[in-house]
Amino acid sequence: MRVGLFIPCYVDQFYPQVGIATLELLEKYGCEVHFPLNQTCCGQPMANSGFEHLTGSCNSLFIDNFDGFDYIVCPSGSCTLHIKDHLHAENHQDEPKAQHIRKRVYELVEFLTDILQVKDLKAAFPHKVGLHQSCHGQRGLQLSQMSELNAPHFSKPEELLSQVSGLELVALSRKDECCGFGGTFCVTEEAISVRMGQDRVKDHQQQGVEYITGGDMSCLMHLEGILKRQKSSIKVVHIAEILNSK
Amino acid sequence: MGNNVLEHSAASEIFNKDTERVGWHDETLWFVRSKRDKAAHQIQDWELLRETASAIKNHGLSNLHDYLIQFEQNALNNGVQVHWAADAAEHNAIVHSILSKHGVKQMVKSKSMLTEECHLNEHLSQHGIEVIDTDLGERIVQLRNEPPSHIVLPAIHLKKEDVGETFHQHLGTEKGNKDPQYLTEAARQHLREKFLTRKVALTGVNFAVAETGEFVVCTNEGNADMGAHLADVHIACMGFEKLIPKREHLGVFLRLLARSATGQPITTYSSHFKKPRPGQEMHIVIVDNGRSNQLGRADFRNSLKCIRCGACMNTCPVYRRSGGHSYHNAVAGPIGSILAPNLDMKQNADLPFASTLCGSCSNVCPVKIDIHDQLYKWRQVLVKEGHATIAKKLSMSAMTFTLSNPKVYQLGGKIGRFMMQLAPFAVNNPLNPWYKQRDMPTPPKESFREWYLKNKG
Amino acid sequence: MRLLGSPSSILFSKNSIMSSRDKILKAIAKNQPSLVALPSLNGLGNPTEDIVTQFKTILSGIGGQVIEIEQITDIAAFVQKHFAPNARIISTLPELSAIAETNWQNEDPHTLENVDFAVIKGHFGVAENSAIWLTEELLGQRVSPFIAQYLGIVINKNDILPSMQEAYQRIGQAEYGFGTFLAGPSKTADIEQSLVLGAHGARGLTVFLVAS
Repeated sequence: MRVGLFIPCYVDQFYPQVGIATLELLEKYGCEVHFPLNQTCCGQPMANSGFEHLTGSCNSLFIDNFDGFDYIVCPSGSCTLHIKDHLHAENHQDEPKAQHIRKRVYELVEFLTDILQVKDLKAAFPHKVGLHQSCHGQRGLQLSQMSELNAPHFSKPEELLSQVSGLELVALSRKDECCGFGGTFCVTEEAISVRMGQDRVKDHQQQGVEYITGGDMSCLMHLEGILKRQKSSIKVVHIAEILNSK
Repeated sequence: MGNNVLEHSAASEIFNKDTERVGWHDETLWFVRSKRDKAAHQIQDWELLRETASAIKNHGLSNLHDYLIQFEQNALNNGVQVHWAADAAEHNAIVHSILSKHGVKQMVKSKSMLTEECHLNEHLSQHGIEVIDTDLGERIVQLRNEPPSHIVLPAIHLKKEDVGETFHQHLGTEKGNKDPQYLTEAARQHLREKFLTRKVALTGVNFAVAETGEFVVCTNEGNADMGAHLADVHIACMGFEKLIPKREHLGVFLRLLARSATGQPITTYSSHFKKPRPGQEMHIVIVDNGRSNQLGRADFRNSLKCIRCGACMNTCPVYRRSGGHSYHNAVAGPIGSILAPNLDMKQNADLPFASTLCGSCSNVCPVKIDIHDQLYKWRQVLVKEGHATIAKKLSMSAMTFTLSNPKVYQLGGKIGRFMMQLAPFAVNNPLNPWYKQRDMPTPPKESFREWYLKNKG
Repeated sequence: MRLLGSPSSILFSKNSIMSSRDKILKAIAKNQPSLVALPSLNGLGNPTEDIVTQFKTILSGIGGQVIEIEQITDIAAFVQKHFAPNARIISTLPELSAIAETNWQNEDPHTLENVDFAVIKGHFGVAENSAIWLTEELLGQRVSPFIAQYLGIVINKNDILPSMQEAYQRIGQAEYGFGTFLAGPSKTADIEQSLVLGAHGARGLTVFLVAS
């Protein structure tokens, strides 16, 4: 199957290893992976700031880049959700293409569990790990059950992490509270954003983790910024890197 | 923003200076959220209940005109006087006129967020009328000359030491005594005297039933009942969205309300007022104050389904760490942030941005309001209407970024540049708010794109 | 100015040609969405088997207590044990006339201010939340269950329903001027979320379950 690799702009610029791990994982499971070179950004930072009406040309560019793939896969729940919910064509005749993309865009974890149905990861990560659920992945894409609902438990990231040998996943006291990144919120509401991040970090610290992982590098970048400022030894690592570790 | 009103972000920054207190506020409200979860998880049909409640409210809004007429007719037949107020000023004038008619200068009031929204107390006090708030939390903040910080827990921002000091000053309790039992007893004695001597009692309304003309008021303390059953005149004020079609629908809403609010199976008192008691006068004031306008906004009308349980506040990680007053609106938190712009777009333009859009609010909402989606949609509306304060705020860091990072500047053409301008975490500059309390990511040797071109291209 | 309103709108408009009532209703008619159907309430409820046990457990969880009795006159012993001889006891139950005032229904409600214990009858209880349905004719005076320092409510053991769903089915179209679901003693947690019983209403609630 032909997979278009959609790499968020900040991953491209700051966390290339996450893109590499994603690409290698997909190839490992037999996908023919292409990285359309003219991709830029999904437009979410703008849209979440109230400028969705200016994202038209950005959408067109996205459609040009990702038209014709069987699937589009992205190592970010947040960017995936944005495309799923908000990608529309500027001109009417391209709307079927936009619709195809909206239906076929997958966040990496759900692509591995639902489409590739991965059950036997050959990965090892002998560490104590805390899982940070990104809100857009969890509540938006429903990658795992949400603590607010009276509904049966499931977790796609945990399903994959449980296949990684040596990995010890800790239980957090607040298993799905937002980290406070929130896109531009991280600077426009700096005080709260930081406090939320500090509180998340503390929860992981209290469980004695060595690594915080998750499906969204934006949340992890925010938590990493706080950890580094605290000179903490805890590291952040994207779930793709763990799943691709040997 | 209006005069002297701090934007949410500025008020939050001040609130966050006392880190210990923020932690306490967060934990206290998280405790309430946890109680809510426990209660919700004990009810097998919880999610079906939410779905049903949502559908009843959707139906009610779609037939509101007829239901209001039916309600009015039934209430009149029940011997209740019905008044209509187009806005806050008219609401206040109606209440004032009822008091004037009876020559009354003092009144007890149980919790009513509508009267907070209309600033009734200020209006009446300007006309020489004393209003005593009788809900304990509301009385505490009233004595302190503060607005409530939460619709269900009005004094949740205060510690028992604060309440002890306030009661010492105003009610003469022992200095330094902060025992909640002792302070509650003092309030009981203080307010009992008010209940026994006031001729007029005002209450809010939780639900009004079109089919019967009755209205239901829920309290734990019993203050609405103590006021109403001892007064000669009972005034009940309601936004018109409180209407539900039938009495049997109360079964759905009363199962959801208290469990969502505090995790209780039901409030202590769910009182159904249908007719005045012999010799008593009963008034209902039906208020619009912008609601009919909100009803016309397809994207936002279902905010009118709200039953004011406060669950979205308790679960909101932003509310828990910024406090209710930072929202500068009678209703704070996520629900307040989607209601407030309808009342005053300019004044409340900051509120829909006071969220990470995490979505927890929509998940706890007992009537399934898509709160976080509406926050997103309000942002679009506010920017188009020219209230884009956020863009101004971002411009400094965006400029700095674009000019200081040629690599990104070249990346992806015009669109990419525009996008990356809005990625302010990418600026290594002390003026950048990101850097104040967080480090920057370490720049890698090469971008993913460069790696790809080298290895796969 | 010409008066344009119909006789009915003139009736409602005191100060303006178009009353606020008409303005509001007109705006609502214009802005309300197209009609959607009412949902069914079938399938909602509380499938608990032992409803009496659930009622008791929940009531004790919210600060009330249940005492099982054989007949209403058994309440006299409870009163003698818990209240001083000079305590003011009122009741609507003629069976308790030996220990309680039963002729207070037509007095000024303010005179109930010094009642120590009120004993009234309830229509039925609800297991899922231990609420008891009371209406005016059972209260003697509307204020009685709120103003008394302590409250006792008598219900029959076989008058406990599983959930609010069945409760409103039972109430149906019953006529009343005032009714209330009362669950446990008056309480507040407005000071730092510390639960305190006895905010403004009764400080304690005893439910007397009469054997069927």
